[in-house]
Amino acid sequence: MSVGLEHYLVLSAVLFSIGLYGVLAKRNAIVILMCIEIMLNAVNIALIAFSRYVVPALLIGQIFAIFVIVVAAAEAAVGIAIIFAIYRRRESVDVDKFDLMKW
Amino acid sequence: MFDIVFWILAAVTVGAALAVVILRDVFRAALSLVLLFLTIAVIYVTLYADFLAVVQILIYVGAISILIIVAIMLTYEVRRGSPSGKLRIPALVVSLLLLGTLVFTVMITKWETSGEPPQQPTTAAIGSSLFGEGGFILPVEITAVLLLAAVLGAIVMIREK
Repeated sequence: MSVGLEHYLVLSAVLFSIGLYGVLAKRNAIVILMCIEIMLNAVNIALIAFSRYVVPALLIGQIFAIFVIVVAAAEAAVGIAIIFAIYRRRESVDVDKFDLMKW
Repeated sequence: MFDIVFWILAAVTVGAALAVVILRDVFRAALSLVLLFLTIAVIYVTLYADFLAVVQILIYVGAISILIIVAIMLTYEVRRGSPSGKLRIPALVVSLLLLGTLVFTVMITKWETSGEPPQQPTTAAIGSSLFGEGGFILPVEITAVLLLAAVLGAIVMIREK
């Protein structure tokens, strides 16, 4: 069986699940941010695979992927700024210690 | 030939992603994240997305990875590593369930693939559909506002009092 759409979709699903596990299980906020980037990249692979195999002439999936990349860049900048702001106050990037808003 | 390239890329990608999650040293995890971004750029090349491969290298390998490494350097917790939290087992179960569901759905769905040859230099086509008549010009302009808001938000958040 030659490589087709399903292979890329399964690869994307595997990457997304690994990223989800990291986001849920890790305690270091920067590692959580890295795992979110893995998830966004997995989504991009799926979008571009659909664009290549379902509508090769339209490139709509690739344009969606560009918007995902832009939002990911903005998210990384704001996320790291938030981590710095918390780190400056609490001297830690451990999410288990960020329980200020827990009642 | 193409199949072999895909399988090697898939193996390296999944290995690098697992290394990001498993490695205890945060800095090594960041380096394997860079490897992951690079192999994803090559995967885009195998999907005939040349423009996006370049964008991936410029933005992810160039900018976001540097941002993450600087963040690791500035928060002095490299030595403490990235231990897993209390929710490790439930997180593993949830992500394996999600993986099973996704793979099952992908496998049973009859995808209507098109046999057309892919468009080959994609840059001009992407440019004309982003900025051309009836294209995505409104989302592009909204993106500018989003980026401005993100930059301002980051500056405000990080500024000393």
